[in-house]
Amino acid sequence: MAKTVEEIADAMFNMVKDAMGQKKLKPMDLTKAMISLYGEEGVDKKMCKGAIKNLVDSGRLVYTYFGGSFLEIPHREGAAND
Amino acid sequence: MADNIPKTPKLDELEKGGWPSFVKEIKMAAKRSPMGGDLLGQLEQSYNEKIGHWKHGGIVGVMGYGGGVIGRYSDLPEKYPNISHFHTMRINQPAGWYYTTDALRKICDIWEKHGSGLTNMHGSTGDIILLGTRTEELEPTFDDLQKIDFDIGGSGSDLRTPSCCCGMSRCEWACYDTMALTYDLTMHYQDELHRPAFPYKFKFKMSGCPNDCVASIARADMSIIGTWRDQIQVDQDAVREYAERGLDIQNDVISNCPGKCMEWDGKELNIENEFCVRCMHCINVMPKALRPGKDRGATILIGSKAPIIEGAFLSSVFIPFMKITPPYDEIKDLVDRIWDVWGEEGKNRERVGEFIQRVGLGNFLDAIEMEPIAEMVAHPRENPYVFYEEYYEEDDGEEEEES
Ligand code: HEM
Ligand code: HEM
Ligand code: SF4
Ligand code: SF4
Repeated sequence: MAKTVEEIADAMFNMVKDAMGQKKLKPMDLTKAMISLYGEEGVDKKMCKGAIKNLVDSGRLVYTYFGGSFLEIPHREGAAND
Repeated sequence: MADNIPKTPKLDELEKGGWPSFVKEIKMAAKRSPMGGDLLGQLEQSYNEKIGHWKHGGIVGVMGYGGGVIGRYSDLPEKYPNISHFHTMRINQPAGWYYTTDALRKICDIWEKHGSGLTNMHGSTGDIILLGTRTEELEPTFDDLQKIDFDIGGSGSDLRTPSCCCGMSRCEWACYDTMALTYDLTMHYQDELHRPAFPYKFKFKMSGCPNDCVASIARADMSIIGTWRDQIQVDQDAVREYAERGLDIQNDVISNCPGKCMEWDGKELNIENEFCVRCMHCINVMPKALRPGKDRGATILIGSKAPIIEGAFLSSVFIPFMKITPPYDEIKDLVDRIWDVWGEEGKNRERVGEFIQRVGLGNFLDAIEMEPIAEMVAHPRENPYVFYEEYYEEDDGEEEEES
């Protein structure tokens, strides 16, 4: 069953939310998870790219950098000064 | 704001001598922005204590982008409140670093309005580096830069801002148009530049000839270095003129040829082009007499990097010769295949060169569907563990018959 970009975005968002505080996820981690969840017929890399773009452009997720780039829910980081 | 400049006896030592001094520059910037004064204060303290006082900020950026802003906070914000936030912005430079003075003034005006006024022209990635601003100034800076047609460059696990030598715009040795390719790749890969999706960074650097003025062989995951595959063009009269004017052709040219493929009998210069390794030495010594051949293109090399997971690598030859002409489909096709495999299988923080070393060149070539060739062997006697299928199958067959 083919998924829509919105459905993929929601599923990705939930994955990031569930992993928050335990594991930082990279865009490729999310893409691979979506492909194993929905199968090659359900999603492809291009749709996953689109879903990530939606999530970031809408501000639901932000890119972060901790020795590599990750996707996270916006939050105040420990290092930040006022 | 001159009274904001603290006493810095250690840093003052770095103002001495007949060369530019970053301390002088920061003191100048401190007259316009209080950030400069606190920056000097914190740096002097670091020199005294031998401890850095910066914290990394991992979240700051501009909306929609995952690269181009490098977050920094002072860990002494009470003492140095003006550099409590001190983020860096990387701005995508024009190919070949050409600016009008007007464009430079506009960039500086924007940076004096929103940041410390300190810049670094240019960073090792090639970008314009704008040093020191606060989180809430990032979006307004970005907006102002866009109004003058500048965009943010790469950082993090993305395609880093491509950069090149001045190539055909000023250099007679350029074997392909480095600036055109740099511009084209930058535009074509905007998504990869702004939305980090790789295991780690990926850099393209374009040099027009093997002199490699952007040190692409040491600094790029993909080094695209101009070369030629026919004969060096020789003007024998001009060679003789060099000799008459006192150039010691035997010692300064022939003896230094790494291909050992040149001869000079006092009248005629002979080059055995099959053994020439395209090092540029002879051409650099006698620029009026010699020039690269007419059948020009580039060698594509893969894998250089500075030490992090593994030690420093130089790029090694991947495609000995490729014609470099618009729309550059051949190179883009190669890049896409490499990114596909490394993007999926690479470990966090693993550069493509390290990835190839880990999985083996043979497996990597298999995955991107390329045939091995002798030029890919970086050193004689290094065993790349490539097995040629045609030999392999014969042997397998024989063994089966025997048993
Ligand atoms: C149990 C016996 C032997 C063992 C375990 C052994 C093992 C090795 C190993 C591991 C190397 C290094 C190869 C490399 O670094 O690439 C080597 C090199 C060499 N061995 Fe042996 N070897 C044995 C017997 C012999 C004998 C009997 C000869 C000569 C009659 C010989 C001649 C050589 C030579 C000439 C090299 C150097 C090759 C080069 O320059 O790279 N080996 N051997
Ligand atoms: C039990 C016996 C032996 C063992 C375990 C052994 C092991 C090895 C190993 C591991 C290598 C390195 C292979 C590579 O780098 O790909 C090597 C290379 C070599 N071995 Fe042996 N070897 C043995 C016997 C011999 C003998 C008897 C000779 C000669 C009479 C010999 C000559 C060589 C040479 C010349 C090389 C270097 C090949 C090159 O430089 O590429 N080896 N050996
Ligand atoms: S790399 Fe070659 S083509 Fe480019 S500027 Fe240097 S000498 Fe000229
Ligand atoms: S380019 Fe280098 S290798 Fe080729 S002939 Fe000149 S000096 Fe020799």
